[in-house]
Amino acid sequence: MSPRDPHAEEVRRRQRSRAVVMALLLGAFVVLLYLITIARVGSQG
Amino acid sequence: MTTTTTAHRLPADWRDFLALTKPRVMTLVVFTGLAGLLVAPVAIHPVLGFTAILCIALGAGAAAALNQWYEADIDALMRRTRGRPIPAGRMAPEAALQFGVGLGVFSVLLMGLATNWFAAGVLGASILFYVLVYTVWLKRRTPQNIVIGGAAGAFPPLIGWAAATGSADTLPLLLFALIFLWTPPHFWALSLFVRSDYAKAGVPMLPVVAGARATRVQILLYALAMAAAAVAPWPLGLAGPYYGVAAAALSLVFLLLCGQVLANRATEPEGMRPERRLFAFSILYLFALFGALVADKALAW
Repeated sequence: MSPRDPHAEEVRRRQRSRAVVMALLLGAFVVLLYLITIARVGSQG
Repeated sequence: MTTTTTAHRLPADWRDFLALTKPRVMTLVVFTGLAGLLVAPVAIHPVLGFTAILCIALGAGAAAALNQWYEADIDALMRRTRGRPIPAGRMAPEAALQFGVGLGVFSVLLMGLATNWFAAGVLGASILFYVLVYTVWLKRRTPQNIVIGGAAGAFPPLIGWAAATGSADTLPLLLFALIFLWTPPHFWALSLFVRSDYAKAGVPMLPVVAGARATRVQILLYALAMAAAAVAPWPLGLAGPYYGVAAAALSLVFLLLCGQVLANRATEPEGMRPERRLFAFSILYLFALFGALVADKALAW
């Protein structure tokens, strides 16, 4: 087994957690845009 | 120093980006913005209303991030602020700048697309006012920093109202005036008991420049004007008696606490219990007042 670099591991851990949060926020944004479109189309109809 | 250098090489944790938006301050911004939206005479679709409040919160978060990017040097000198992500070395300043600009632009564009461009314009103006007028121009130059800069925090009810109606009116302008006049007593009460921090950082807050006595007099004068603005919607027929009575009672307590502050002669933080009490009550005051305004409208139906 190769020796583990704690600094590199911490960088990977932070990148992973930021990627997860970003993915969740993007998913929420897509849902919000869909709901905004439905609301705006509905209010014009 | 080694810790700071190492931390800068690490990508900032997402929690530090969240901390950069000052979530606790945001609650008051969201609440007053929501109140402005709910008391507007035009009903807004719940999804669009939610989006408007989200945009107000994101805009406030962007302004807070840009404020911390610009003030990292003085934040590092004050006990109250040195644990923030940039001075603590957990985030590179450029990351905060990019995050703040990105979040600000996003909040304005989303507001414009979801509600109307007047509300988006007022939101954009409030972010620019807080960052450029208060943070960059006034804060380090004049003891009037809080007075003029307070306008930035007074925008949310106006933005909430604008999101629903697409315009401004007397009531949201009075609510703007109320928060504008509330800000100096609120911040000067705080700056009295953290005076040494501001003095060390070279920030010309009123207690540092004019002394505790002059600050206490100013607190009372602004509180009197604030109380008048708080009660005004009732006699003007813009709010009902439930709000009027609540505003009068809450403002009376506020003024009594200001009286206690005026009577206090302490110059050291240990003897400043009246100032701490006024600071704590001022937050409750604004929540209760805007809550009463919304309740008054709901009861009137």
